[in-house]
Amino acid sequence: MIPLSWYLIVAALLFGIGVYGVLARKNAVAILIGLELMFNAVLVNVLAFWRYLQPTGTAGLVFAVIIFAVAAAEVAVGLALFIAVYRRFGSSDVDDINLLKW
Amino acid sequence: MVTTFVFVLTAAVMLVAALVAVLKNNLVHAAMGLVVTLFGTAVLFVLLEAYFLAVAQVVIYVGAIAILIVFSIMLTRRVGADWGQQTNATWPFALLVAGLLTVLLGLMVRGWAAVTAQPASQAVPADMTARLGAALVDPNGYVVPFEVASVLLLAALIGAVYVAWGGRKAEKDAQG
Amino acid sequence: MAFLQDPTVIVEWLRQLFLGWGLSPSLASLLLYVLGALALATGPLLWVIFLIWFERKAVARIQDRLGPNRVGPYGLLQPFADVLKLLTKEDIIPAKADKFLYWLAPILSLAGVLLLWPAVPLGKGIGGNVNVAVLYLVAVGTLSTFAILLAGWSANNKYALLGAFRTVAQMISYEVPIVLALLVPVLLARSMNLQDIVAAQDVWFVVAAPLAALIFFVASIAEVGRTPFDLLEAESEIIAGFHIEYSGMKFAMFFAGEFLHAFTTGVLGAVLFFGGWRGPGAESYPILGLLYLWIKAFLLYFVIVWIRGTFPRIRIDHLLNFSWKFLTPLALVALMVTAVLDKMLAPLGAWPRALALLVANGVIWLATQRWLRGVEKRLQPPMVAQPGEYPVAHYTPPEPQAAEGD
Repeated sequence: MIPLSWYLIVAALLFGIGVYGVLARKNAVAILIGLELMFNAVLVNVLAFWRYLQPTGTAGLVFAVIIFAVAAAEVAVGLALFIAVYRRFGSSDVDDINLLKW
Repeated sequence: MVTTFVFVLTAAVMLVAALVAVLKNNLVHAAMGLVVTLFGTAVLFVLLEAYFLAVAQVVIYVGAIAILIVFSIMLTRRVGADWGQQTNATWPFALLVAGLLTVLLGLMVRGWAAVTAQPASQAVPADMTARLGAALVDPNGYVVPFEVASVLLLAALIGAVYVAWGGRKAEKDAQG
Repeated sequence: MAFLQDPTVIVEWLRQLFLGWGLSPSLASLLLYVLGALALATGPLLWVIFLIWFERKAVARIQDRLGPNRVGPYGLLQPFADVLKLLTKEDIIPAKADKFLYWLAPILSLAGVLLLWPAVPLGKGIGGNVNVAVLYLVAVGTLSTFAILLAGWSANNKYALLGAFRTVAQMISYEVPIVLALLVPVLLARSMNLQDIVAAQDVWFVVAAPLAALIFFVASIAEVGRTPFDLLEAESEIIAGFHIEYSGMKFAMFFAGEFLHAFTTGVLGAVLFFGGWRGPGAESYPILGLLYLWIKAFLLYFVIVWIRGTFPRIRIDHLLNFSWKFLTPLALVALMVTAVLDKMLAPLGAWPRALALLVANGVIWLATQRWLRGVEKRLQPPMVAQPGEYPVAHYTPPEPQAAEGD
């Protein structure tokens, strides 16, 4: 059987990669991709804890389901905003969206 | 033995794909990396015996979220456009922060005795999917978060449509 | 014959054979899994060869042509000639194509269809016995969408990309009514396992849920992308759509994938609404069940071909409106009515319950028709030409141009 820590380490690495993607990328969609990686790391963690610590309960699964819903909502709104921004600025780089910056 | 092998293989593929997703300049390739990572996560869910969520992961993430992401990349890029530099000027700091975070998380996991000690002892009940369904609509269970999540989804739906349409209207106004 | 009553003896026999070769038990199981997967993948693919011939012949008859009739008796060997031709064709990769994705797309396209098969129950005790099978079907279906999206993108061709965009809009839209319609048999059988759904059909679900069956069927045709809904490859508008740049075997894979997907739709329809492998004698002789399933699936497939031969293509906005404004609400209403009625009528036997649900479905359908009539009256301008006016709305006749002298 695989120890719990393996799952946690994989999730931590995934989360780190996601953080790098969010912070370093210029394109708004690429930032969303990084966010999705972080979401997935969290999901792996939640389900690993559920399986190893309380497999007969439903709390972990319910948590994961709610995360699914939140991720779907986040992507839908994020991409709609992104398309609207692209229409207005003609660019998909977050560096170019600097109307409020001076 | 087999599960260990599958786990190691999946984890390796996932991490490489995740690196592709954040490092590739070609955004379509990056999105494909994301898709592979999402599939890998589904495999991990199967290993964790959360079958329903594994399939739901594929339906929701690969079927909806990843397709939306690929779609919007394609919408906002010309065909055959050359993909220039995709990182911003402060990427070394990003690398530093991400690396530090990962190392700290790793240290935390290592220092946590309860985590490294025991593998799973209890079996997952066979009717877990049914139990999950019942728990989600049970007044003594999780019906409130469930309903709140559905309201959130509805709000997101309306909001997304409004944002996209508002943009079109504004564009038309600008054109006269 | 033990084999006729229980086909799993083959598996046991093979396992003993492998063990007799001195393989370890786990390796023998692994080998059996691989063999099973090979059989599941090869069978449908060989069947496609016949399907291609059948469809060409059937469509030709509908259009008053002869169809393939040169190679072999009744042109039966025509698909082999086609395959030979495709194999010898030049394999073109466009200059600025994204090579990796260009290669990946046809493979994904075919895999997305073949992966549907493991979940399908082929007979009593044979074939899929997956706990969340219905959800699995939906999940695998996304692979084909991805394949088409990638094919359209990687070929670096405007028409291909347009086809891919249309596909995504179409497939995401029609996924919603499909999932809603799939929920009705799940509800009636109280299980997502396809074996349980088949076992629950003492009365075929098409009796209890004709609307769901119809919605599933129509939306599935759209999902496969066949004519009336073949906008992703509309020849007269975007030439060939997403596979415009593909040639040779890579094109053949898309082609085979589409045919197999159409037949698989028939299989799924048969499993979900027409009793799957059930029929006289199928309980004791599972092989008979396979035959019944095949016949039912083939009849459904024939209807798909028939529709292809008779209907014209729909316009893209009509297509999306049809899904969002008609199929989805109808599926929602059907689902809710079925849920409530089925719960209320639970103590009744199978037949009374099915008939009551049938009546409810009929009422929904009549109400829908009434409503549609009203909408039609409100929307359509009178189609009768007034004197001095053209009968088509919004059409202004062109000004007569003076001929230019040369």
